[in-house]
Amino acid sequence: MIDEEKQQVAGSELEVGKAETDAGPEIELAFPTSDQRPATSDSELALPTSDQRPATSDSELALPTSDLRRATSDSDDEAAIQRELRRLSRRGFITLGAGALATAGAWKWLHTRPKIDGVEWPLRRGFQVNEKVAETYFRTSRLTRTFAQSSITNARINGGLGLGPNYDASTWRLQISGGEKPVTLTMDDIRRLPKTTMITELRCIEGWSIVVKWAGARLSDLMSEIPPPNRDGSRGNVRFPSKLVRYVGMETPDRGYYVGLDMESAIHPQTLLAYEMNDRPLTWQHGAPLGLAIPVKYGVKNIKRIASIRYSDVRPADFWAEQGYDWYLGH
Amino acid sequence: MKRLEKKHPLAIRWFHWLNFPLLMVMIWSGLLIYWANPVYRVGLGTHTLFKMALPELRWEKLGVAFRLAEGLSLHFFFMWFFAINGVLYVLYTLISGEWRYLVPTRRSFVEAIQVTLHDLHLRKEAPPERKFNGAQQIAYTAIILAGLGSLLTGLAIYKPVQFAWLTFLFGGYQMARWFHFWLTIGYVVFFVIHVAQVIKTGWNNFRAMVIGVELREVSND
Repeated sequence: MIDEEKQQVAGSELEVGKAETDAGPEIELAFPTSDQRPATSDSELALPTSDQRPATSDSELALPTSDLRRATSDSDDEAAIQRELRRLSRRGFITLGAGALATAGAWKWLHTRPKIDGVEWPLRRGFQVNEKVAETYFRTSRLTRTFAQSSITNARINGGLGLGPNYDASTWRLQISGGEKPVTLTMDDIRRLPKTTMITELRCIEGWSIVVKWAGARLSDLMSEIPPPNRDGSRGNVRFPSKLVRYVGMETPDRGYYVGLDMESAIHPQTLLAYEMNDRPLTWQHGAPLGLAIPVKYGVKNIKRIASIRYSDVRPADFWAEQGYDWYLGH
Repeated sequence: MKRLEKKHPLAIRWFHWLNFPLLMVMIWSGLLIYWANPVYRVGLGTHTLFKMALPELRWEKLGVAFRLAEGLSLHFFFMWFFAINGVLYVLYTLISGEWRYLVPTRRSFVEAIQVTLHDLHLRKEAPPERKFNGAQQIAYTAIILAGLGSLLTGLAIYKPVQFAWLTFLFGGYQMARWFHFWLTIGYVVFFVIHVAQVIKTGWNNFRAMVIGVELREVSND
C-alpha cells in the first residue's frame, strides 16, 4: 500500500504548474505509514470539510483538514488526504471483513441445520418455495416438445429399484385407491382406454436425456373413469383439477420404489401409463407391464412396474425426495 | 499533487462483493451437479483434446462425488439471490448512469487490443486514464451478458416444458445445458484474468472497490 503511494508521489515530480508551493519531494517524507501513526482518534471524523480549503476545492470528496494549521500547502493536503484515506479504508475493510465473517457464519449455519429428508431445512424450504412458484406458473396446456421417429435415441436402462426378481407379470393388477371405492384393474382394462403415442424427451436429473417413443393410456383418461375426490369430499372431475385432492402417489408391487405427483402434473395430457416403448412392449427392465411416462417431470418420476395408484390430499412419499432431492421435480 | 477521487459507488461495491460468494456457490453447486454426468470435452470433430471430467477416483478424492442432491438444493436456493443481485446491479447502472462507463463504445474494441498488447508487454503506451478502459468495458459488459445467458439457459433446463419456447431458442435441452456449462467455464476464465489484473494493477485500484475512492495524481490547472 505504501509502496504504491510512493510510486505515485514520485510521479508527481513531473507535474508542472502547481498553484501552491511545490512540496513534491517533501510529500514523500510527510507520509506517515500506518505503523508510525499514533492511534487515531474519533475526533478526526468530525473535522471541518473541504469548503474551507482553497487548494483542493475541486476535489469531489469532502476532506477533513487539519484543525490547527491552515491547509495552505500541499503537504497539509496530503496529510489530510491520508487521514481521509485511512478513515475510509478502516470503514471499508471492517465492513468487508465483517461481511466475510457473516458469510462464513451463514454458510456454517446453513450446513449445521437439522435435515428434513436428507437436506438441511432451509434448503428444503427453498425447494418448497420453488415448487409454489412453479405451480403458480404451471399450465397443463403447455406441452413438452415432441420429436420425429428419427430422433429416437438408444433406450438406456437406468435403475432397477422396485423391480424385484422373479416377478410374475401375469399376476399383475393395478390397485387404485383414494377414490369413491378401491378399484382393481387388469392390463386389458388399461388397453381398453384410448391409446396415445408420443415421442418425447426423458430428462434425467443427472443431466442426460434420451428421446423415447411411448404408447399407452393417458393417466387423465383413467382418472376420468375412476375420478379422485374433490377436497371437500364430493365426487371429483378431472376437468376441474383445482377442486381435486392435490396429489397422486404410485408404488411398485414390492414398494421398493414410489413416487408422489401433484395433481396437475398427473392429469397433464402427456402423462401416460405406458405399456409400449419404441414400438415394442415394455420390457421388464423398463417396467413391464405398466410404467409411467411423465415428461413434465424428471426421469426419476417415471416409475416402473406400477402396482398401485392412490389419490390423496396428503403429500405421498417419494423415494428420491427422501434422499435429499426436491419432491416436485417438475419441468 | 494528489487527491482522492470517487470511483465506485457504494451500491456497485455491494453488488460486486455480494456477487463474489454467490457466484462461487453457484459454480460449486454446479460442479456437484455436473459430476453426475460430466460429458463435455474440448476437441475438434472426433478428436478430443481433453475431457471436462476427472477419473472417478479423483472426483471422490476432491469430495465432489455423490453430492448431486446437495448440489441441486444449493443451486436452486442461491439462484434467486444470484439473479436478484445481478438484476439489481443492472438496474442500478442504468438508473444511475454508471452504464456509460461500462458499455463499450466504438473505440473500445481498438483500445481493448491496445490494452491487451500493453499487458503482454508488446506495446509501450499505457491504457488511457479513464475509469474503465476499452478492454475493461468489453469484459465487464460481456460478463453481464454472460450472466443473463446463465439465467436464461438455466431457466431453459430448469423448466424445459413451461418455458419450452426458451429451450427451443437455445437449440433444445442439451444445447441449453451446453451453453449453461460453457458460460460457467467463461466465469472461471474471467475470474482468473480479473484477479490477475487486479493484482497487477495494485493496491490503490483494489482498495477503490472496497472503500470507493482512489488516490489519483492530478495537475492543478
